[in-house]
Amino acid sequence: MTTLELQEELTNLYTDNYDRISEDTSAFVNHYREQALEDFKRLGIPTKKNEAYRYTDLMNYLKGDYSYEIDPSKLSVNLDELFRCDIPELDTHIVLILNGFYYRQNNPGILPEGVIICSFAEASIKYPEIVNKHYGRYAEASLDSLAALNTLFAQDGFFIYIPEDVILDKPIQIINIGYSFKNLRLTRRNLIVAEKGSSASVLVCDHTLCLQSFITNSLTEVYTGENASIDYVKLQNENSNSSQISNTFVYQETKSTFTSNTVSLHGGLIRNNLFVKLNGESATNNAYGIFFCDDKQHIATYTHIHHVKPNCQSNQLFKGIIDGDGTGAFSGKILVDKYAIKTQAYQRSNNILLSKNARMNSKPHLEIYNDDVKCTHGATIGQLDTDALFYLRSRGIGYTEARQLLMYAFANEVIGKINLVPLRERMIQLFEKRLKGELTHCENCNIHRIA
Amino acid sequence: MLEIKNLHVSIEGKEILKGINLTIHAGEIHAIMGPNGSGKSTLAAVLTGRENYNVTEGSITYLGEDLLDLAPEERARKGIFLSFQYPVEIPGVSMVNFMKTAINEQRKFNNLEPLSASDFLKLMREKKEIVEITSNLTNRSVNEGFSGGEKKKNEIFQMAILEPKLAILDETDSGLDIDALRIVANGVNQLRNQENATIVITHYQRLLEYIVPDFVHVLVKGKIVRSSGKELALELEEKGYDWLKE
Repeated sequence: MTTLELQEELTNLYTDNYDRISEDTSAFVNHYREQALEDFKRLGIPTKKNEAYRYTDLMNYLKGDYSYEIDPSKLSVNLDELFRCDIPELDTHIVLILNGFYYRQNNPGILPEGVIICSFAEASIKYPEIVNKHYGRYAEASLDSLAALNTLFAQDGFFIYIPEDVILDKPIQIINIGYSFKNLRLTRRNLIVAEKGSSASVLVCDHTLCLQSFITNSLTEVYTGENASIDYVKLQNENSNSSQISNTFVYQETKSTFTSNTVSLHGGLIRNNLFVKLNGESATNNAYGIFFCDDKQHIATYTHIHHVKPNCQSNQLFKGIIDGDGTGAFSGKILVDKYAIKTQAYQRSNNILLSKNARMNSKPHLEIYNDDVKCTHGATIGQLDTDALFYLRSRGIGYTEARQLLMYAFANEVIGKINLVPLRERMIQLFEKRLKGELTHCENCNIHRIA
Repeated sequence: MLEIKNLHVSIEGKEILKGINLTIHAGEIHAIMGPNGSGKSTLAAVLTGRENYNVTEGSITYLGEDLLDLAPEERARKGIFLSFQYPVEIPGVSMVNFMKTAINEQRKFNNLEPLSASDFLKLMREKKEIVEITSNLTNRSVNEGFSGGEKKKNEIFQMAILEPKLAILDETDSGLDIDALRIVANGVNQLRNQENATIVITHYQRLLEYIVPDFVHVLVKGKIVRSSGKELALELEEKGYDWLKE
C-alpha cells in the first residue's frame, strides 16, 4: 500500500463516519475538522522525503488491517478486573482512558476549587469558554500533518484545567489502555490548560493489555499561563506490535515552566514530537527523554523549540540505549527569533549502541536570528565505556552486572530529573527490569495476557 | 603466592614484556621500577586481566592456580587488587553502590552472607579513616570531579574495603603532593600484614621511603635487569636508569 492509498482510505473512513465521529464533540471542535481535512489532503502522510521524517519509515508501521473504534458504547470491559495501577507512596488522581475514550476517573476525590479533570468531548460541550480559547490554537498541521489527521478523527481524550493560582499537590495520572480483540486504529485528543500562577504534575502511562496491534495518533495541546508550572511525565509501555505517534504542542506565557520527561520502554514504533512555543519572556522549557529499544523497535524523537521572546531558556537532554535490531532517531530543532535576545538554548543527545545492528541517527538543527544568545548542541553515539567496565570488573563485579550498572547510570541522568521522588524510583525500577529483558509491569498491576 | 615464569606479552603485534620472572610470597613488598615504556603498566594490566594484551609465552600462577585462565572479576574475587594510575570517572554510579556491590560479590564467592546496607555503611565509615577521606567524596559518583590526589586516596580506600591478598599499586605516587603521598602511603602500610603482598610500581624512589620494599626489581625494555634490596632504589635515585640499560 502506498501513502496515497492510505491517505485515501483514511479520508474516506472519515467522510463515511463523519456523523458518529462528530456526534459527541461541540460544533466549535467539529468546525476545525474542515480545515484539517484540507490540510491532510494537501500535506498527506509524511514520508522519508520530509526532512523531519527522514529516519522514520512510517508506512512500514501504519499499513495493515485495522479496525477503527468509533463507537465507545461498544466497549464493554470491566477494567478493574484487568488493570490496577498505583505507585506506592504516590497518591494520584487516576483517569482511565480505554481505546481513546475517557472511561472514568478513579477516586474522584476532592479536587481543589475550580480544577477540572474530565473527558475531552464532555469538556468541549460543558466548558466552551475554556476549550474554545485554546483548542486548535497550538497544534499546527504545517509542523506535522499527522496533527491534521488527529484533528480529523478527534473524538475524546482527557481535559485538565487548573484555575489561576491553584497549586495542585496531588499528581494527575492518566492511564491510556489499549484493549481489544481486533487490531485497532485509535485517536486521542487531549487539552491541558494551566492558568496564571497555577501548578500541576501530570503523569501519562500508555499500556496495552493484549497482544493486538494498535496504531495510536495522540495529540496533546498544553497552555502554560504566566508564572504557571507543569511537570509532565510520560511512560510508554505498549506491546511491540503497536505504533504510536504522539504530538505535544506546548504554548508558554511569561515566566512559565514546562518540564516533560518521556520514558519509552516498549512499543513497536514510537514517534514523539514535541513542539514548544516560548511566547512570553523569561519562560523555561525542559525536555527530557530516555528510551530503550531492541528487537525491531524504532523510537524517534523530534523536538522543535521556538524562542519567540527574550530571556527564555530551553534545556533538552535525550538519551537512548539500543540493542538487537533496534533503531532510534533524534532530531532537535531550535528556532530563535530575531527579537529573542538573551536566549539560552541547550540540547544534548547521548546514545549507546549495544549490538552490531543497532542504529541511531541524531541531528541538531539550529536556526538563530539574534546575535545575543547562548546556544549549544551536542550528540554522542557510542558504546559503553570500556575503561569504566574494566574498572568495575577489577573490583569483582561481573561483566553482565557491570554493564547493567553503567546503563543504569546512563539512564539515571534523565530519570533522575523526575521531580516526584516515588515516581522517579518507580521509573528506575521499570527501567532496570527493561534492561534485564523483563516485562515492565509494576508489581501492583494485575495485567493478564490475553492470548 | 604469585609466580610469573618467562612471561612474554605483546600488544597489537609489538612485544612489550620479553621474559619476566618474578616470585612473590605472602608478607612481602616488591617494588618494580623502570624508565617510561619499560613495561611496568603492561605487567599490571596482564595481572589484572585487561583485554588486548596477548600472552605469547610463559605462565602466571596465583595461589597455585593458572591466573591467565580467569576473568578480571574472578581475579578480583580471589584477592587481586589494582590501584590504577589513572582511575576512570564513572558518573551516575555512586561510590556506595559500587563498593557495596563489589564487597558482596566477594563475600558471595567466599560463601559469606552479603552485608546489609547498615553494616556496609558502618564498614565504610571505619575504612574512611584509614585514608582520611571525607564523606563528601564517598557520597558522590565514582571519582567524579575528584582531584588527582583524591582519586588516589579513593583507590586505597577501596583497597581498605576489599582487603586484597595481592595489591598492585600502579604509580600511586604520580600527581601527589607530599601530604597526600604521606596519607596514601600510611594507608597502604596500615593494610599490610603477613598474609598479603604488595607490588609497588613506581618511577621515583620517594614513595619507597614511606612504603619500604623488601625487594626492588628494575624493568628495562621488557626485562628485569636487576633485582636487589631497597638500597637499589637509592642507587637508582643517584645514578638514574642509564647505567642499567646496557
